[in-house]
Amino acid sequence: MPQRNREQRQPVLSPSMCRVFLSGWLIVSASLAMACELLAAEGEFSSKSINFSKDVLPILSDNCFHCHGPDSQSRQAELRLDQPNPALDQILRESAPGQSVFWERVSTTDPDLIMPPPETKHRLTAAQLLLLQRWLQAGAPWGKHWAFEPIIKPAVPESDRAENPIDAFVIAQLHQVGKELSPQADSARLLRRLALDLTGLPPSLELRQKYLKSSNQPLDAGAVVDELLASPHYGERMAWEWLEAARYADTNGYQGDAERTMWPWRDWVVEAFNQNLSFADFTRAQLAGDLLSQATDRQKLATAFLRNHMINGEGGRIAAENRIDYVMDMTETTGTVWLGLTMNCCRCHDHKFDPIRQQDYYQLSGFFNNTPVDGSGGNPQTPPVLEWPSEEQKEHRNRLLKERQEIAEKVLAWEDEFVPLKHLAPAEGPALSTQPVSAIEVFDDANGVATSPWHQDDGLPAEVRAIRQKPPQDRKASELTQLINFWNQWQGQSPQSLLMLKSRIDELDALQRSIPQVMVMQERAGEPRKNFILSKGLYNQPQAEVPTDVPLFLKSKKASERFRDQNVSPVLTRRELSEWLLHDENPLVARVVVNRIWQQFFGIGLVKTSEDFGIQGEKPSHPELLDWLAADFREHGWDIKRLVKQMVTSRTYCQTTLVPREAYVDDPENRLLARGPRYRWPAWMLRDQALAVSGLLVPKTGGPPVKPYQPEGLWEEATFGAKRYQADQGDSLYRRSLYTFWRRIIAPPMFFDTANRQTCIVRTSRTNTPLQALALWNDPVYLEAARVLATRFFVNDRKLHDDERLRRLFEHILVREPTPQELELLRTSIMSWRDRLVQSPEQVNDLLAVGASPASLAGEDSASRAEAALWTVVTMILFNLDETVSKE
Amino acid sequence: MHLFKESSTSTKRNPTGNPPLPPVPPCEWMTTHHRRSFLGTAAGSLGLGLASLSHLLAAEQSPAPISSTSTAATTDIVGRPRLPPRARHVIYLFQNGAPTHVDLFDYKPKLRELHGQPLPESYVGGKRFSTMTGNANGKLILGNVEPFAQHGESGAWVSSLMPHTAQIADELCFIKSMHTEAVNHAPAITFMLTGSELPGRPALGAWLTYGLGSAADNLPGYVVLTSVTKGTSCGQIFYDFYWGSGFLPSRFQGVKFRGSKDPVLYLKDGPGISREFREAMLNDVTALNLQKQALSGDPEISTRIAQSEMAFRMQTSVPELTDLSGESKATLEMYGPQVEQPGSFAYNCLMARRLVERGVRSVQLMHAGWDQHNSLTTELYNQCRDTDQPSAALVKDLKQRGLLDDTLVIWGGEFGRTPFIQGDLANRPRWGRDHHPYAFTVWMAGGGVKSGVTHGASDDLGMNVLENPVHVHDLQATILHLMGIDHERLTYRFQGRQFRLTDVHGHVVHDILKHV
Repeated sequence: MPQRNREQRQPVLSPSMCRVFLSGWLIVSASLAMACELLAAEGEFSSKSINFSKDVLPILSDNCFHCHGPDSQSRQAELRLDQPNPALDQILRESAPGQSVFWERVSTTDPDLIMPPPETKHRLTAAQLLLLQRWLQAGAPWGKHWAFEPIIKPAVPESDRAENPIDAFVIAQLHQVGKELSPQADSARLLRRLALDLTGLPPSLELRQKYLKSSNQPLDAGAVVDELLASPHYGERMAWEWLEAARYADTNGYQGDAERTMWPWRDWVVEAFNQNLSFADFTRAQLAGDLLSQATDRQKLATAFLRNHMINGEGGRIAAENRIDYVMDMTETTGTVWLGLTMNCCRCHDHKFDPIRQQDYYQLSGFFNNTPVDGSGGNPQTPPVLEWPSEEQKEHRNRLLKERQEIAEKVLAWEDEFVPLKHLAPAEGPALSTQPVSAIEVFDDANGVATSPWHQDDGLPAEVRAIRQKPPQDRKASELTQLINFWNQWQGQSPQSLLMLKSRIDELDALQRSIPQVMVMQERAGEPRKNFILSKGLYNQPQAEVPTDVPLFLKSKKASERFRDQNVSPVLTRRELSEWLLHDENPLVARVVVNRIWQQFFGIGLVKTSEDFGIQGEKPSHPELLDWLAADFREHGWDIKRLVKQMVTSRTYCQTTLVPREAYVDDPENRLLARGPRYRWPAWMLRDQALAVSGLLVPKTGGPPVKPYQPEGLWEEATFGAKRYQADQGDSLYRRSLYTFWRRIIAPPMFFDTANRQTCIVRTSRTNTPLQALALWNDPVYLEAARVLATRFFVNDRKLHDDERLRRLFEHILVREPTPQELELLRTSIMSWRDRLVQSPEQVNDLLAVGASPASLAGEDSASRAEAALWTVVTMILFNLDETVSKE
Repeated sequence: MHLFKESSTSTKRNPTGNPPLPPVPPCEWMTTHHRRSFLGTAAGSLGLGLASLSHLLAAEQSPAPISSTSTAATTDIVGRPRLPPRARHVIYLFQNGAPTHVDLFDYKPKLRELHGQPLPESYVGGKRFSTMTGNANGKLILGNVEPFAQHGESGAWVSSLMPHTAQIADELCFIKSMHTEAVNHAPAITFMLTGSELPGRPALGAWLTYGLGSAADNLPGYVVLTSVTKGTSCGQIFYDFYWGSGFLPSRFQGVKFRGSKDPVLYLKDGPGISREFREAMLNDVTALNLQKQALSGDPEISTRIAQSEMAFRMQTSVPELTDLSGESKATLEMYGPQVEQPGSFAYNCLMARRLVERGVRSVQLMHAGWDQHNSLTTELYNQCRDTDQPSAALVKDLKQRGLLDDTLVIWGGEFGRTPFIQGDLANRPRWGRDHHPYAFTVWMAGGGVKSGVTHGASDDLGMNVLENPVHVHDLQATILHLMGIDHERLTYRFQGRQFRLTDVHGHVVHDILKHV
């Protein structure tokens, strides 16, 4: 369609012209394009009544709100068009038939009068004018932006072919454009799709045997899904996107990028998904676990969600500024994750498009503003922290504490014997042992004791005396060193018990350092910190004080009353915040959450802009389906596994992706859902898939992060040599991607298209670049997985016919059998590879030795080795097929 | 040619309103005969819609004589009439952080005259500044920190901070009447590079590759090089949407080379995989993927095939690209002392020339550190030291090699800096200037732009545009025009609307075009 040029566009649509258009649909002059636009607009809308939120609000928002919107600072002529008000009423009201001030101003051709003014470079199209005209004719009914309207569960469209309500909605919409759902995908492909989607791993052999036995029956998706949802790997898979949203990483970010120990929280997330914690409890724990009545340690641990933000430890940073940064990060993360709103622009001013006032931003930030964190320093374990020892660490510590106590008593006895500290101790000081111990028991050299001066005269240096006044078990390692030095100097040696005490305390200290300290939330003692609107978001420019509260435009009367009833304290806390989020009247949370889970399985949300449900966000492709899912999710106790099952057992999800090119061209993003989801799996899943099929995967869950293979020098380059990457050895090389150490300033390079884990990201790009091809070819993990898998298939049955081995290997990786054409092509290929490899013994050696696991077929004859290398190459080829890397 | 079912003249629109997407820039397919061999076996299974194949092959296949425009295509890859191109390559030297126009190129003697005096209110007029300035009324005027002098036959005024750029003044076209809409870095950079303040639209380079195809056989059509700045980046991040493909298919996005001795990770094949092995493996993978394509219409399959082919070629082209052993001592010296440090601006400028020589359509350098809020007398000098010599060397080098006529070089940032001070006038070491969208300077060279000229002017304080304003969309329209594209016709239908780089705006700045 040719674009109109500027000259042609000039005479937009005068009122008179418009009337001509409207009355007889005579296409006067203008351009063909304009006519088409008008016809399209008419075709689309004439049969329906005008929908304010869908049809009118976007026009007003795009063209008017900048100067006549929520932002009071930039508002012109004291007129706002974002909410009903008397001034607006006046201009909308008609002075003569078809004549309102509003219509005159938007439809005139007079450059001095026309709205939006020419200098804004905004211009209403003919179709938009038509919509406005129809809206005015209907009496200019007002409404809210769709996402701010309460969620009302719509009726499921009548359908005799849809058991699952999702399908009923999708089919109804497809019928409007004369389309149908595609058939179900074949069982093998569907099983693979489900297994990777729900566990991030290919289907186990057991699942394949159980469900792919009969090729005639369609896959029993419900039964498969139940098994997958029960797998411990389900939680690992679901955790990935949550970790991205939670900006989870193993370092602080910024210069220095100090290492932190937040991973017990990561394990909490995995567990929560596996145990199917309701999304309500999931929310309560992470936003307010510390404030729940009789909060458990696990609930407190969950609040680390909020503390996953970056920490800036650069020298010269102003602590108060850092603190505000952290509070803002928590506010904005919460805004995006639960409300689907982009709040960050409200740091400085009222939102330009959404009804969020700057005041709302700072009221909301009040919930996060009352921790003891002061923003100083870059301690990656800045209190409040929760200690999270493992069972072994707990045992180890108990043993050491017991030993420390025993030795401390000996030390005390000795000290008691030789120095009359009792007299020196302050009245409230610790009670000291009154059991004198013979010097001989303590000192090897009894003679030394006899000459000790301390019985008679306390000539101790002040710091030594101070140390000795502390019970021995409470002394620090450095203090013990001081005592030991003192004794050594005086006596030439120290009492044995003191040395033993020092060694235990050193060991305890080391143990203590190795115990993860997870940064968690806690309200600070005393008066709550006051909240201020910060001018331009600057920490040192507080303006009006504001209470802690939720955004006004989302605050329903009922919710406010409930707050009042339930809350003894006049101050709202994170606990009330989480209850408000989960309240039936909150229009956003359920929509936002089901949309994100939809995005996880279909590749694109029903609302594509899953991070922005505001007026500038995209409208839902299936608004009623979204509302139905949201309402249903809430009604059923925010049950995530139930929701997931509902989605992935729908016919919509289970459709085939093997449809002709026209279907993809017609609807590139598959917004109509007339086919199954097809796109490249995330990079982390591809790595896990290779590890799993090769048998290299170490399926252990949880624990400290691991460091798998990574190209050399990346950390050094990014940190100017300050950090060196040392890959782990053994099992840690083969753990799931989820457990990979995440350095914020230089993320693991093999995970392309992932969130940067610096700020909250709920939607990542999906690209297709040559660099990705290279990573999948040459990351040692894939080479090693290929050789280990191939070796196994070769060694298991060396006599197997090529075709049979090929078929088995293919099926092992892709779950389905190869087609005759594929088999034929690979068969031919194998012949030439055999020739090549027999002639290249050195390359065979290299191929069979790649990676850290023991070399394959070491010491065997060259023919066997060449065969193993051959199958290694075949595996590499299969690993790089489009289908292997794609959800299909 | 029987492979491609649709004829080159087919411009029939599909229901989305877009031309059928060519899955692979055709030249990528046709250059290595190995590729052909398996393609032959797959003949007929390839229902690809390749528009304008013959034109592109005629125009773009031969990589060597870039300066020749005689074979210029008259139809672009999307099948639309093309203007005669004046340039075939763009090198955008993007100066992230906003260089201070009044200290570098836009000489305003009056600033020194009025140094320390309050800014007259008539210049401000309710303008919006960044959060740091707030209200500009009463701010104190700050004179240029270093003297200016006139250079070359054109007599262009250039600050002594930019001695090398001064030497090439007669090659340059200064636009001193640039203005933009955003006042913060990321939105303004996004605006400059994608035509929209919000992320998600295709970048200029993506539009160019979409519209013109790639002219490089062995390298991506759109390459991004970012400076690795040691402590001078002001903490600014280069977001990947600065070179994203937005709603265009993902193969049009810029490919970012890392600023290190290994510009591309995982480039080297693993142990035991020779070049021959890699090629044979790739052939097998591609043959199987082509079979898949017969079953599934997903265009990502053909993109993946093409990207793998490109990856294979990059395995040799990238090491060759970064091997500077063939560069003469004189050339290396021209770019300055940092030229052999991967990731330096100098290194990247040299890379830009080498990329263009190899046919790359769009090269985008990102260099941060121009955000002098309090460092006009400190960091600014480092910035100029790091960028002045390499930028000038690039223009000279291109000219010496006969590449400048075909290559448009653009130097500039996202906005300018305030003519008034940010900071304390008495504290010279902490002098600064704030963000300033109302007037700033970019320069262009080569590629069909007039040389030795200045277009447009700001007022006598460098505050507002006085004559011939050039909006960001105008600059974009002009760049597309020089590349042979009508900015109003290069569109992509998305979400029911035709999108273009210049939104619904933009006028070509005809005054700066060289007469043909």
